[in-house]
Amino acid sequence: MNYSNLIKIAWKAIMLNKTRAMLTMLGIIIGVASVIAMLAIGEGSKESIKKNISSMGANMITVRPGAGMMGGVRQGMTDMQSLKMKDYQAIKQQAVLLKDISPLVNGSGQAIAGANNWPTSIYGAATAYLDIREWGVEDGSMFTEDDINAYAKVAVIGKTVQENLFPNEKEVIGKMIRFKNIPFKVIGVLKEKGENTFGQDQDDIIIAPYTAVQKRILAQDYLQSIVASAISEDQAGAAVVEVTSILEKSHQLREDQDNDFNVSSQQELIKTFSATSEMLTVLLVAIAGISLIVGGIGIMNIMYVSVKERTREIGLRMAIGAKGKHILLQFLIESILISLTGGVLGVVFGLSITFVIAQIAGWPVSITINSIVISFVVCTVTGVFFGWYPARKAAQSDPITALRYE
Amino acid sequence: MVQPTIRIEQLTRSFKMGDEIVKALKGIDLRIEQGEFVTIMGTSGSGKSTLLNILGCLDQPSSGDYFLDGVSVKDLDKNELATIRNTKIGFIFQSYNLLARTSAIENVELPLLYNPAISAEERRQRAVDALKKVGLETRMGHMPSQLSGGQQQRVAIARSLVNQPVILLADEATGNLDTRTSYEVMNLFQELNEHGITIGFVTHEEDIARFSKRTVVLRDGNIIKDNIVSDRLWAKAELNKLPGPID
Ligand SMILES: Nc1ncnc2c1ncn2[C@@H]1O[C@H](COP(=O)(O)OP(=O)(O)O)[C@@H](O)[C@H]1O
Ligand SMILES: [Mg+2]
Repeated sequence: MNYSNLIKIAWKAIMLNKTRAMLTMLGIIIGVASVIAMLAIGEGSKESIKKNISSMGANMITVRPGAGMMGGVRQGMTDMQSLKMKDYQAIKQQAVLLKDISPLVNGSGQAIAGANNWPTSIYGAATAYLDIREWGVEDGSMFTEDDINAYAKVAVIGKTVQENLFPNEKEVIGKMIRFKNIPFKVIGVLKEKGENTFGQDQDDIIIAPYTAVQKRILAQDYLQSIVASAISEDQAGAAVVEVTSILEKSHQLREDQDNDFNVSSQQELIKTFSATSEMLTVLLVAIAGISLIVGGIGIMNIMYVSVKERTREIGLRMAIGAKGKHILLQFLIESILISLTGGVLGVVFGLSITFVIAQIAGWPVSITINSIVISFVVCTVTGVFFGWYPARKAAQSDPITALRYE
Repeated sequence: MVQPTIRIEQLTRSFKMGDEIVKALKGIDLRIEQGEFVTIMGTSGSGKSTLLNILGCLDQPSSGDYFLDGVSVKDLDKNELATIRNTKIGFIFQSYNLLARTSAIENVELPLLYNPAISAEERRQRAVDALKKVGLETRMGHMPSQLSGGQQQRVAIARSLVNQPVILLADEATGNLDTRTSYEVMNLFQELNEHGITIGFVTHEEDIARFSKRTVVLRDGNIIKDNIVSDRLWAKAELNKLPGPID
């Protein structure tokens, strides 16, 4: 007996009961479609998180004061002021795994230009800041070392700031803005960067020489943070270790003392966020998977009914020479065909849902070949697993008893 | 010397029913030679079907020997029995047992689907030939529901012929048919037998038995009579004597 004959027999049996087969498939279709859609949404959100975090600078390393981790409890005021210019200098001189480094001070307040004002943040940074953030100016230029040394009151502004302070002007280079009453000359406009992972508008920013911001606006001697870029993404982890050890020395911390600063890389951030989204994906897929199991039980149920209904047919087939394995395979192939056909329709349906979600809800989605392959494998396994027992029962029938069955 | 198609010796078959043991066959000896047309007669419960099921390799004897076409059947396992049924036996049932919603030609092809040695073309060709033999070459695409009882039984006979068996075994094959149709089916059996096909035929109807060449009568699991039919009838002639069909 060749398999094509068995497939023909099984296919025929399905076609003789189209409505029932379709209803049985529905469980599988819904199961597979939801697995495909959930994976696409999960993958999509993971990728968009990665892209978003990378948009802040893929190799970026951030040093913050205080021992607290992201979202953790921050320590007291003195701890928050533990980063100083000498730390920046120490890292800049000693670190070999860093490409660029910049101190960072920041404050928020009203920016005013003519009759317009806009609440925003000012960041005091070094010239390397834009390279670290993988950012650039669209118009004009970044300030220079000379500007830093001269405590120059010059600024590079983000798109949002430009649009709100100069709604009607095309050319803003050379215009004056005031931040906390200190006048700054606009020398550049940043390229648009959009929102970051936390939903903050990255273009709502004024960047000026850290010297000027520190002295003229904030009047503080400490730094809010130090940002740097590792020489490569691979080296980001090693660079974190290097920077940590430099700062430990520079802060002269004792063995038993906790660090009063913390160093983190974007890579870690990506990992943390990906892990959360991954967990969510697993959860969603698990729920979708349960519907697949329910679909599988539906197949088992129908196969049982089918075997029972076709007892005489089984008896006849055996009487004219079908072996147990032929009967087993016939019913097994039937259940595999049902679940595979359901799988194909499920994939099509799932892709459509994904497409609709992407179009209507605007969620990021990403369809992977893997999810489709997995669906087919799962469908085959479902067909075999849930078809096996009824098929086995059919194969063990005694032809005489089966032929007598009414 | 030519092998007898069927040779059974001291064959018994008993069934366990709870604590009771029902002895359906109590030590039977029987030879059927090639080209014979044997009717197995007997009242209901005498063991006809039990014997035929064993002859058809659907069932195994409890004791005794059974040789089919020279092969000792009692030593064969389930799969080997299936192969024997597939290649050496043609079975015809009282209730036709055609697959519903499956065309006549596909029903006839069915046994050959389980024979890997036969190609799709040969399968189709043989099925067409078998349907021609039973006079249904114009009904090949018909579903069983579109055929009369007699036509359905002829499809079943074509199905039993398609694997070129050494013997046709029929269990009450005319049991569901009216007299005229029964005679038509018997005429078909007689024609097939005239072409050399060996037939074992179970019935409890005396008049049907007279179309065969030999009758074996069972009672309570024993053969009580084994006669050559001296007053054999020809179904074709008997059909002409019947009042004409009402159209
Ligand atoms: N599977 C079985 N289990 C128990 N008893 C059976 C079975 N098959 C047949 N018998 C018994 O064997 C005897 C012969 O039955 P059977 O061969 O069917 O008779 P017939 O076909 O001549 O009417 C009967 O008494 C019947 O009850
Ligand atoms: Mg009987």
